[in-house]
Amino acid sequence: MLIPLAAVAVEAFSQSPSALWQSITNPLVLKALGVTLGASLLVAAIGAVMGTVVAWVLVRDQFPGKRFVNSLIDLPFALPTIVAGLTLLALYGPDSPVGVHLAYTRAAVVMALLFVTLPFSVRSVQPVLLEVDREVEEAAASLGASNATTFRRVVLPALRPAILSGAALAFARSVGEIGSLLLVVGKVQIASIVIFADVESDAPQAAASLSLVLLVVSLVVLVAMRRLGGRVAD
Amino acid sequence: MLISRRTTLSLRSLALLYLTLMLLAPVGVVFYRTFEHGFGVAWAWITTPAAVSAFWLSVTLAAIAVPLNTIFGVTAALVIVRRRGRLASLLNSLIDLPFVISPVIVGLALTLVYGNSGWFGSWLNGHGIQVIFAPAGMALATIFVSLPFVVREVAPVLVEVGDEQEQAAATLGASSWQSFWRVTLPSIRWGVAYGVVLSTARALGEIGAVLVVSSNVAGSTLTLPLLVYQRDSQLGSSTVTGAYAAASELAVMSLIVLLAMTAFSPRRHEPR
Repeated sequence: MLIPLAAVAVEAFSQSPSALWQSITNPLVLKALGVTLGASLLVAAIGAVMGTVVAWVLVRDQFPGKRFVNSLIDLPFALPTIVAGLTLLALYGPDSPVGVHLAYTRAAVVMALLFVTLPFSVRSVQPVLLEVDREVEEAAASLGASNATTFRRVVLPALRPAILSGAALAFARSVGEIGSLLLVVGKVQIASIVIFADVESDAPQAAASLSLVLLVVSLVVLVAMRRLGGRVAD
Repeated sequence: MLISRRTTLSLRSLALLYLTLMLLAPVGVVFYRTFEHGFGVAWAWITTPAAVSAFWLSVTLAAIAVPLNTIFGVTAALVIVRRRGRLASLLNSLIDLPFVISPVIVGLALTLVYGNSGWFGSWLNGHGIQVIFAPAGMALATIFVSLPFVVREVAPVLVEVGDEQEQAAATLGASSWQSFWRVTLPSIRWGVAYGVVLSTARALGEIGAVLVVSSNVAGSTLTLPLLVYQRDSQLGSSTVTGAYAAASELAVMSLIVLLAMTAFSPRRHEPR
């Protein structure tokens, strides 16, 4: 496992430092990195909000079919990512039955990433929300706190580490994601797609240089997750 | 918190609407597009020689990767939880790498090491072994990306069950092998099962890493996800139904995986 990863670093550094710098700061590469990181941040943010809402509804609300909805959350884990991309293309693509045409735009990239990272956002908050002591909330309410205040001052602080570690996982996954994006990116340049194109056109040094940047981003996220004491770090 | 009926209902609607738009509707449309020209057409697309061999290649890759990762995963979890020390903590931090590294980078890395001009390339060539653009490389890629699942499911269960029973077995004269089979394994079995299900899902669905090391030739190095990609990216709408048909086949396989997940999930932290 380590030898192949070392090979990527060696390949990247096998060129002169200025060549390495040039292949990283090539405008196309910078733009792809910008789009990738921007989309990943947006996905982490939307995922954090919607994941918390979904987790809240699954834990605190009671309605028929809740167990079905709960197992549905894991669907993106089970579904091959290429199928995830195709599903979004089928619904929001050129032949969209609902007339929404998002395919081959950045919006489609964000949608695909939201799809594949949904379980991270929900499943990291859900167990913590189950454990939260509801008496504290009742105490806050009896002391005259409004629901908004109780949520902001009591519930949210308890959930914050879980929400953040879910967002970090979603971000890390988004930065490297390729499977679900292959069919929906069109001409939008994404870091992982650029690496793939470089490999296909036999430019391993360019591919390795961009990979090195992504590896550094991944490692930073991994360390950040450890700090947050997230689920992955158990 | 006493939440008004209105807030409860609007939160519930928001969550369900989001899940419907993001998950249910898209998956439903794929099945619709598969069968819009009739069941016969869809069936013909998934029984073409290319599709049948892609199905078996996907199953074979999973059948290689999952058992290896299960053996490695249980061993690694035992080392991380029971041994501690420097090696264990190093292993613990390395194990998550495949989760955070882009699959494309995994593919690139394998090419750089095992490809024709790679580190071991000339040696492998000399012995007539082809790894990259061949099933062997695809198996390596699959093993790599599905590596952490079993470890990550088994480790917390091992922490939870503790080692008192293992110590008791040892005082009663059991060898470490006996104590593993009779005491440890039965108590972590649900965690192992859940990890196996997750690895299987990932192994069957992997495309990023496999895409780089496959030659995309039908009949030899085309997996089911690659077949979906190839059929959808071909020009002309005739193969699109084929892409949807292969996607539905994968979706049905993942539905089975999802059912297994739902069955194992609540029991995985249950001591025996």
